[in-house]
Amino acid sequence: MIHVLAFYLFAAIVVCSGALTILSRNPVHSVLWLILAFFNAAGLMVLLGAEFIAMLLVIVYVGAVAVLFLFVVMMLDIDFAELRAGFVDYLPFGLLIALVLLAEIVLGIGLWSAGPIELAQRAAPVNPELSNIQAIGALLYTRYIFLFEAAGIVLLVAMIGAIVLTHRARSGVRGQNIARQNRRRPEDAVRNVNQPVGQGVEL
Amino acid sequence: MIGLQHYMVVSAILFVMGVLGIFINRKNVIIILMAIELILLSVNINLVAFSAFLGDLVGQVFSMFVLTVAAGEAAIGLAILVIYFRGRGTIAVDDVNRMKG
Repeated sequence: MIHVLAFYLFAAIVVCSGALTILSRNPVHSVLWLILAFFNAAGLMVLLGAEFIAMLLVIVYVGAVAVLFLFVVMMLDIDFAELRAGFVDYLPFGLLIALVLLAEIVLGIGLWSAGPIELAQRAAPVNPELSNIQAIGALLYTRYIFLFEAAGIVLLVAMIGAIVLTHRARSGVRGQNIARQNRRRPEDAVRNVNQPVGQGVEL
Repeated sequence: MIGLQHYMVVSAILFVMGVLGIFINRKNVIIILMAIELILLSVNINLVAFSAFLGDLVGQVFSMFVLTVAAGEAAIGLAILVIYFRGRGTIAVDDVNRMKG
């Protein structure tokens, strides 16, 4: 009973906050609704018994991606009222496309009959003795090690790409040049002068 | 009892909402990126639901890779957005096609 109740609670909040993400007037509110949607999707995944993916959702999406969105929305000084200009024009067409898509998906789910599923053919059957995180770790570091490394490379490329795109060399900034600092000798930099009395110093 | 179909319906609604978000916020790239995140989230829900109901862990492993790609995509998209804004002072994407070369 509590399971059913929790499912409907999480599902309703996910759907509502998803709708508010795309409809809200202020992009900061959009990001906050997106965070709520992610939290409740994590709740749905906990209900399914996928604790690791749920925690990953909270850490990666809420902790990194949503904060990145918030950061960019607040950093850029954008006139959002102007960007909403075509909202009403696009609404009927968008609703039409969305309804057609939803009808197709519902038809697809309704007609879905894959026949009996051969449970003996599963690629990685769940071992009830292991916890979810242990089982995923055992799978990820053995059979899917190359995919795991590929995911790491994807993240590395994304990081380098983001840095290369947004980095700019500013002129007029006096950065530290360590080689020049080390090359400098006292003889070049310091001069002892026996200054006669009554004359100005010449530098 | 909650079955696989319930989760599929939730994920279908979320997917359609993401597509609708792309259509109705055509000028605002930030919302478009958020709508793409919603679509990827619905895909993740679907993968994890099938994985749980079939008792097969591969779906969860793949949903992790979907998450990785989503994180990378958000980072690159926002970086492109920042340099686009730096160049023209607006993020309206209507006139992106004038940005040749």
